[in-house]
Amino acid sequence: MKTPRTYLAAAGTLVLAACFAVAQQPQNPEIRIEPVRGHLYLINGAGGNILASVGPDGVLLVDSGLSQNADRVLAAINKLNVEIANRGGLPTTTVVPPKPIRYIVNTHLHADHTGGNEKIAKAGKTITGGNVTGEFGDAAEGATIISQQAVLDRMSQIKPALPFAALPEDTYHDDKRLSHFFNGEAVILQHMPAAHTDGDTFVYFRGSDVLATGDIFVTTSYPFIDLANGGSVQGELNALNHILDLAVAEFRTEGGTLIVPGHGRICDIADVAYYRDMVTIVRDRVQDMIKRDMTLEQVKAAKPTADWDPRYGSPDRFVEGVYRSLTNKK
Amino acid sequence: MKLRAVVLLVALGAPAFAQMDFAGEWAPVQDEDNTGNPYVGEFLGIPMSPAGKLRGEAWSGSYMTLPEWQCRPHGAMYISRGPSQVRIWKEVDPVTRQLTAYHAEWLRSIDNPYYLDGRPHPSDLAVHTWGGFSTAEFVGEMLKITTTHLKEDYYRRNGVPSSDRATLTQYWIRRGDYLTWVTIAYDPVYLTEPMIRSSEYRLALNQQIPPYPCDAVEEVVRAKGVVPHELPGKNAFMGEFGKKYNIPIEITRGGAESMYPEAARKIEAERNKK
Repeated sequence: MKTPRTYLAAAGTLVLAACFAVAQQPQNPEIRIEPVRGHLYLINGAGGNILASVGPDGVLLVDSGLSQNADRVLAAINKLNVEIANRGGLPTTTVVPPKPIRYIVNTHLHADHTGGNEKIAKAGKTITGGNVTGEFGDAAEGATIISQQAVLDRMSQIKPALPFAALPEDTYHDDKRLSHFFNGEAVILQHMPAAHTDGDTFVYFRGSDVLATGDIFVTTSYPFIDLANGGSVQGELNALNHILDLAVAEFRTEGGTLIVPGHGRICDIADVAYYRDMVTIVRDRVQDMIKRDMTLEQVKAAKPTADWDPRYGSPDRFVEGVYRSLTNKK
Repeated sequence: MKLRAVVLLVALGAPAFAQMDFAGEWAPVQDEDNTGNPYVGEFLGIPMSPAGKLRGEAWSGSYMTLPEWQCRPHGAMYISRGPSQVRIWKEVDPVTRQLTAYHAEWLRSIDNPYYLDGRPHPSDLAVHTWGGFSTAEFVGEMLKITTTHLKEDYYRRNGVPSSDRATLTQYWIRRGDYLTWVTIAYDPVYLTEPMIRSSEYRLALNQQIPPYPCDAVEEVVRAKGVVPHELPGKNAFMGEFGKKYNIPIEITRGGAESMYPEAARKIEAERNKK
């Protein structure tokens, strides 16, 4: 049962998370495109990472970045789209037009991953026909935004209200897959309950063997256990262990399944294993301190993350998230 | 015209003739620096940062039984210090016959290419590997190798961590049948200063490196998600090395100070007290 207070807290956290994300971004960050594998590309610099599937079926995006970067993201996608559409063609003066952006999948609700929804979706198109077109006249307008149900629930409660066009319109509860191949492969969405938030989605591109994790896994900081939006350290660990169950190395614990984090560089199973180890060890240390009746301030002062602080930066938010998650003190 | 062509060909070919050749089968020359099986807490001589020391002290040997780590190779930060033999071979462009890359592979490593064809290092968004991404250039008769994009790894196989922000500069120096392999590690996370080490190899013409296949198995029955480690201050094995060799514990725990002669004098003074 969600109470107005819960929603208020969630909205407050969302705003804080967005502010944090904005504060971490340079004013006009460079939008960079890094090939991942096959038709998958990492778009970096827009806020959270965006993973783009670009090919003959059009464009599917995992997340949409911050709202203020949407125009530059669109320009980058358009450039990439034209380049790919015209790759390997006959020498001609005709330029093959780019394929439309058809789907945006939101991995979770934070503004650095959903802020571009409205503008980017508007630039896209949903392919409709038959009964659907008959029922809804505007069904073809814009790309379809997909998310886990909790993302829509929480984004709908944010005050001031987000534009309707920024909200996901196709939601699921446990798992979802596109009903058809997209750019030659299955696209599978899996809900990771109560991890970074309560609406986290992993997006797995089965043919390419590439997994987009959202902010459950990042290479730039400690994980953010967003308690106000339903996150928990145990859910975070369950999700990280799920990645390890899914991923297979090409050889000697490297390569193979590629993991695209919510922030940072492209990774593989070993990188996720190290991150899982770190979160587990910190969880165990904090749990041990709780057993010894230490308060949050005492736990912070004991620096249970000191071995990783030079790598991941300020630990306060993470330690607090772990502590409160283990003591159920929100 | 013909003369000009010949001069041009000689000029193009000249660097190749002047280059030292490192290709071959090389066996490690065992000495006190080939730290095959170090003690838990044997961090002497490594300029570990405070974070590196804490990480090392939390390490448990059981950690390596996790399925994720059973098949890991030794990475670039450690492999040339280990006891295994190495094969170095050349990749040559079939048209120009210029050297494109050297490759090195040890008993338990992945292939490590060192590119000499001028290709740039990948972007900082690219995936990291155990061997990293390496470019190389000749400096006189030495080969200088610059390695980036390394995975998190270890400097010593008892949990002395290296970070994925570390880089490596390596030098190959050949004197007849001997090869000196110098590594200089830079690590803003787990080292306080560059760590310079050298290892010796001897040409071994009849050497054959066997395959090293690996399949992860359930080595230890444990609940899902358990990661073996020692809680801070609770590692009962930390004192073993110092006790066995009569070395003050604070020196066994590494740090830049443990690399210098003052540390040796401190050990001597400690022994003389007894």
